[in-house]
Amino acid sequence: MKRVKKPVFFVVACAICVFAVLATIGIHTHYGDITTTWIRGLTDIRWGIDIRGGVDVTFAPPSGHNATNEEMDAARSIIETRMLNNNITDYDLYMDYSAHQIIVRFPWQSEDTDFDPEAAVKELGETAMLSFREGGSSAIKDDQTYEDLPLVLNGADVESATAYYNTDEKEYQISLELKDTGVKAFDEATERLSKTKGVISIWMDDTMISEPSVSSHITNGKATISGSFTAENAKALADKINGGALPFKLETSNFSTISPTLGEGARDAMAIAGLIGFAFIVLFMIIKYRLPGFVASIALVGQAAGTFAAITGFFSFNDSFTLTIPGIAGIILALGMGVDANVITAERIKEEIYSGKSVNGAIRAGYKRAFAAIFDGNITMVIIALILMGAFGTSDSLCAIILSPIFTWFGASTEGTIYSFGYTLAVGVILNFLFGILLSRLMTMSLADFRAFRKPALYGGANNEK
Amino acid sequence: MKSNMILDIYGKRKLFFIIPAVIAVAALIVALIAGLEVDIEFKGGTLINYSYKGDLDTAALKTAAEGFGYGSVNVTTGSSLNSDTNNVTLSYASNEGLTADVLNEMSAKLMEQFKDNELTRLSSQDVNPTSGMKFFAKCLVAVLFSFILLVIYIAFRFKKIGGLSAGVFALIALIHDIIIVFASFIFFRLPIDANFMAVILTILGYSINNTIVTYDRIRENRTLYGKKIGLVELMNTSVTQTMTRSINTTITTAFAALAICVVAWLCGVTSIISFAFPLLIGLVAGFYSSVFMSGSMWVMWRLHRDKTATVKK
Repeated sequence: MKRVKKPVFFVVACAICVFAVLATIGIHTHYGDITTTWIRGLTDIRWGIDIRGGVDVTFAPPSGHNATNEEMDAARSIIETRMLNNNITDYDLYMDYSAHQIIVRFPWQSEDTDFDPEAAVKELGETAMLSFREGGSSAIKDDQTYEDLPLVLNGADVESATAYYNTDEKEYQISLELKDTGVKAFDEATERLSKTKGVISIWMDDTMISEPSVSSHITNGKATISGSFTAENAKALADKINGGALPFKLETSNFSTISPTLGEGARDAMAIAGLIGFAFIVLFMIIKYRLPGFVASIALVGQAAGTFAAITGFFSFNDSFTLTIPGIAGIILALGMGVDANVITAERIKEEIYSGKSVNGAIRAGYKRAFAAIFDGNITMVIIALILMGAFGTSDSLCAIILSPIFTWFGASTEGTIYSFGYTLAVGVILNFLFGILLSRLMTMSLADFRAFRKPALYGGANNEK
Repeated sequence: MKSNMILDIYGKRKLFFIIPAVIAVAALIVALIAGLEVDIEFKGGTLINYSYKGDLDTAALKTAAEGFGYGSVNVTTGSSLNSDTNNVTLSYASNEGLTADVLNEMSAKLMEQFKDNELTRLSSQDVNPTSGMKFFAKCLVAVLFSFILLVIYIAFRFKKIGGLSAGVFALIALIHDIIIVFASFIFFRLPIDANFMAVILTILGYSINNTIVTYDRIRENRTLYGKKIGLVELMNTSVTQTMTRSINTTITTAFAALAICVVAWLCGVTSIISFAFPLLIGLVAGFYSSVFMSGSMWVMWRLHRDKTATVKK
C-alpha cells in the first residue's frame, strides 16, 4: 500500500462536508416568485403516505367478473382522467393484470384542508359517464355546461374502441364500433353533421376527451377517428372510450388512509431519534477509538448524506424516491453497518499496536485484515436488499425481472413500504464500501503522515512512543 | 480486553443453549394460551381509527358500530402522551361489503351520534383476506430465498472452515434470532404486521453479519495457527478477540434503536414502537447467538464428525 500524502485528509474531509451541506440544504435560486431547484436538499424529500398522510387503495372489478386486460386498461384510464380532474398529479398507479387489481397511492392534498379521502376514492371507482355530444367545447355558452349540448350517444351504446395503425393513410387511428342501440342515433347525427362538417365531442364525466369533426355519413355503426395521433395518445383515447363502455364499477378491495397529523408525528419522532442516535454514535466512536473514531464520524456523515442524496435524487433532473418508515429503518441498518466497519477496523488497529507494530504498520495491517469480514458482511446485506427490491418492487424493475421465476405466482405486488427498506439498505451498504472502507482509510493514513498524529494513544493503544 | 485472557465459551455451551430454549418454550406456551395477534394487513379485515375528546362510552360505540350489520367489532382505546386527545380503534373481522362509500356513511353516522367527543378520523385500513395472505406468503418466500442464498454465499466464502456446515450453523443462529424476535411479539402482544417483517429482515442482515465477523476470525486464526491449536481453543480465541467489536457495534446500533423507542413512546407514535422495540430485542439476540452459540455449534459438529471418522477407521 502506498503512503498517502498529508493534504489528502483535508481534501476528502472538505469534499464530504461540502457534499453533506449540499445534500442537506440543496441549492435553490429565487427569481421573483419562481424558485428553481438545482440540487435537492432534505426539504425536497418525497415522504411516503405512511409519513405525510394519504390514501392507498386497491381497485378491482366486482368479484366474479373476469376482466380482460383491455378492460383493465380502460379502468385505468378512468382513474387517471379523474385524478387529473381533482388536481392530484403526484400519484402512483400500479397495474396487476394477473390479479385484476389497480393500486393507487396519493398523498394528502396539502392545500385542501377539507380533503375527504373516502369521497375522493369513491369518485375514482364510479362508473364513468361517457357521452357523445353534438357540437364542440366552443359551442358551450357562458351560462351552460357540457350537458346542454345535445346528446348523441352514451357509454352503453359503445361496443368497443381500438387503436390501430392505418397502413394506407400511414397514421394511427381509432376504430369505433357501436352497439345496435347506438347505430340509429349515430346514423342520424352523422347524416346531419357531415353536411356542415360539424363536430361530435366525446366526454368522460365533465372532461372533453376528443372533439372530432364528422367527415362522412355513417350508417353501420362503425366509425374511424383520425387526426395526428401518435401510438400512445391513440391508445389513450381508445382506453378512455372503452372506460365509458365498461360494464362494471370498480370496487375497493384494500383501502387505507392516514391523516397527516398522525404521519407528521412519526416523521418528527424519527428525526429527533435520528439526531440523538447519531450524536451518541459520534461521541462513542471518538471517546472509544480517538483518531479512527473521529475519521469514522466524518465518513458516517458522508454516508448519511449520500443516502439522502440517493433518496432526493440530488440533482433536480434525477428521479426522486419516496421515503417511508421502513425506508428510514433501512437507513439506520446501513448506518449501523457503517459504524460496524469502522469499529472492526479500529479494533484491529488497536490489536496490531498491542502486538508491537508501529502506528503506520498497524493502520495498514488493520485495514487489510478487517476487509474480509466487512466485505462478507456487506455483501450478505446487498443480497438481502436485492431480494426485497425484487419481491416487493414494481414488476418492470431490474431486480424483479431477475427474480421473476421465484415470485411470479404471487403476481405483481407493490408493497411499497418494504421495497423502500430494500432500496435504502442497498444504497447505504454500497455507500459504506465507499465511505466506510475506502475514504476512511485514505483519511486515517493521510493523518498518520503527521508526526503529531503518530502517537499510539490516539489509536487506543498504550502511550509508549515507538 | 487484554489479548492473553481467553473466555471459555465452549465450556459453558450448555447454559448458552438452555436460555434461548427456555424463552422459546415459554413463548410457545403463551402463544397456545393467549393466541397470536395477527394484524389485518395479513389476515384481512377493516380498521378505523378516530381521535376523540373527553370520556367516550366505548360500550355504546361498540353497539353503534355493530349496528351497521357488518359483524362483530373490537373497540380498543389508546392515548398519545403529547396531546390531550385520545384515540379509539374499531376493527371488523372482515372487509366483506365494507367499501369506501359504506365506511364514509358509517363514519358520518358515528360522528353525529358521538358529537360530544368530537370524533375525527385519523386513519382507516381495509384489507382483503386473500391479498393479505398473499402478502404474508410472499414475505415468507422472500425470507426463505434469502436463507438459501446466504448459506450458499457463506459456504463459498468459508470453504477453509468447512463451508456448508458453517453456513448451516450461521442459519441456525439466524433462526434462533427470529424465534426470539417472534417471542417478543408474543410476550408484548404486538401485532404481526409489516413492521414484523421489517424487523425480521433487519435482524436477518444484522445477525448474519455478526456471525460472519466471528467466522472470519476463525478462518484467519486457522491460517495463522494451522493445526497447532485444537478446535475448542481456536473457537474460544476467535470469539474472545472479536468480543469487543461485537459489544461496541451492538451498543451503538442498539442505542439508536433505543433512542427511536423512547422518542416514539414520548410522542405516542405506536407504529414506530412496534418496529423499534422488537428491533432492540433482535439486536441483543443477534449478538448473543453469534457470540455464544454459532461458534460452539460449529465446534460440536466438527468434533462429532472427527469422532465418527476415527471410529470408522
